[in-house]
Amino acid sequence: MAAKLAFIFFSMILTNNYVLVKFLGICPFLGVSKKLDSAVGMSAAVTFVMVVATLATWPVYTYLLEPNGLSYLQTIVFILIIAVLVQLLETVMKKFMPPLYRALGIYLPLITTNCTILGVTILNLDNGYNYLESIVCALGAGLGFMLSMVLFSGVRKRLEDAQPPKAFEGLPITLVAASIVSLSFTGFGGLVETIFGM
Amino acid sequence: MMSIVSAIAIVSVLGLVGAAILVVAAKYLAVEEDPRIGEVTGVLPGANCGACGFAGCADYAKAIVSGEAEIGRCVPGGQKCADAVAAIMGTSAGAAVQMRAVVLCQGSCDKAKTKYDYQGVKSCAAATLYGGPQACSFGCIGFGDCVKACKFDAIRVVDGVSVVDPDKCTGCGECAKACPKRIISVRPASTRPVVLCSNTEKGGVTHKACTIGCIGCMKCTKVCPTGAITVENNLARIDPDKCSGCGECVKNCPVGAIRDFA
Repeated sequence: MAAKLAFIFFSMILTNNYVLVKFLGICPFLGVSKKLDSAVGMSAAVTFVMVVATLATWPVYTYLLEPNGLSYLQTIVFILIIAVLVQLLETVMKKFMPPLYRALGIYLPLITTNCTILGVTILNLDNGYNYLESIVCALGAGLGFMLSMVLFSGVRKRLEDAQPPKAFEGLPITLVAASIVSLSFTGFGGLVETIFGM
Repeated sequence: MMSIVSAIAIVSVLGLVGAAILVVAAKYLAVEEDPRIGEVTGVLPGANCGACGFAGCADYAKAIVSGEAEIGRCVPGGQKCADAVAAIMGTSAGAAVQMRAVVLCQGSCDKAKTKYDYQGVKSCAAATLYGGPQACSFGCIGFGDCVKACKFDAIRVVDGVSVVDPDKCTGCGECAKACPKRIISVRPASTRPVVLCSNTEKGGVTHKACTIGCIGCMKCTKVCPTGAITVENNLARIDPDKCSGCGECVKNCPVGAIRDFA
């Protein structure tokens, strides 16, 4: 049991990294990775919302949608739940945790339509994970998102000093760099499976 | 049939529950914000141009109310806006300098010659990769990158040259940033004469490329009563601190490169 949880957790960070292997959440990955502190802020917010969204969507799907034969409604229902959650979180944080609100403030609304969040909640169910496994998976996915954001913000810092050909300046060279970072993550393939004997 | 009803019912109930939670949360967890932030945001132009150095008008308003930024940094709003903000904040505004953009080129289709027939993307930035189709490598390309950048509809391409409408221009400087030739200058909106040319080549070369370009003949430096005009790199330059605005240079320029925006 513990081995399976650990396997899910680490495979979400390394071998099944949502950004670099599954190519979800590319928009914040490119948009907010310019500076290290905003990259950390954004990924902390994403991790948090991922876990909370999984906490809420798993029971709704398992106990409300599936018994009624409405699993085809999962996309719209999950988006609804995530949007409500994000809005609620923003209100609560503004009241009780102003420093955290200021730190995450602008990133929170952006997360509402972030496809990694929806991806995690739906793929958890597709993989047949139970409640605990889903939560661990969401946490791992969030931390994997953070890992790729932090790594890539370092890469981008170096890119700023580099002088690529004129036609590659800006987004093109960033995309090239992202693809190379993504390639490097394929090197983790099989690593987690071998360690945990899955 | 039943499945449709239950689907609609479940989604509606979920939506209503979510809405109810949010309404309750908004009511009981509301945070008091300084009402002046909203008022100041209201009188700012709302263009979110970023000329003040903040992310947008709302951000600047917040900084004003919290005392982090001074009033009068809003370039598009100018004096009127600074006064309105000062009235809300209960202080007096310093004099805000009104800025205007000026395109330093008059090489319209009949005056500036072309080197080649450019048939590529209609964008100044793209055409600049090949130096621009004009014989003058300093002049306006006229594909209107600045027109696209302007949020106030204040700049237009007339006869191959961008022209700023001084009544609409707010001096935010977006066009100057967009111009690949860097020939748009943002300067105080006084009515002083401006040398509308950016060509630093020798007079003969300039004149062959464009009949209205400054040839560096030094005539203006001689007629200027206050000695405000100097010619550097074959291009006349008027020192705004010394210029009295008499207009002698405008009358005497043999090619008509100096213009007064009176």
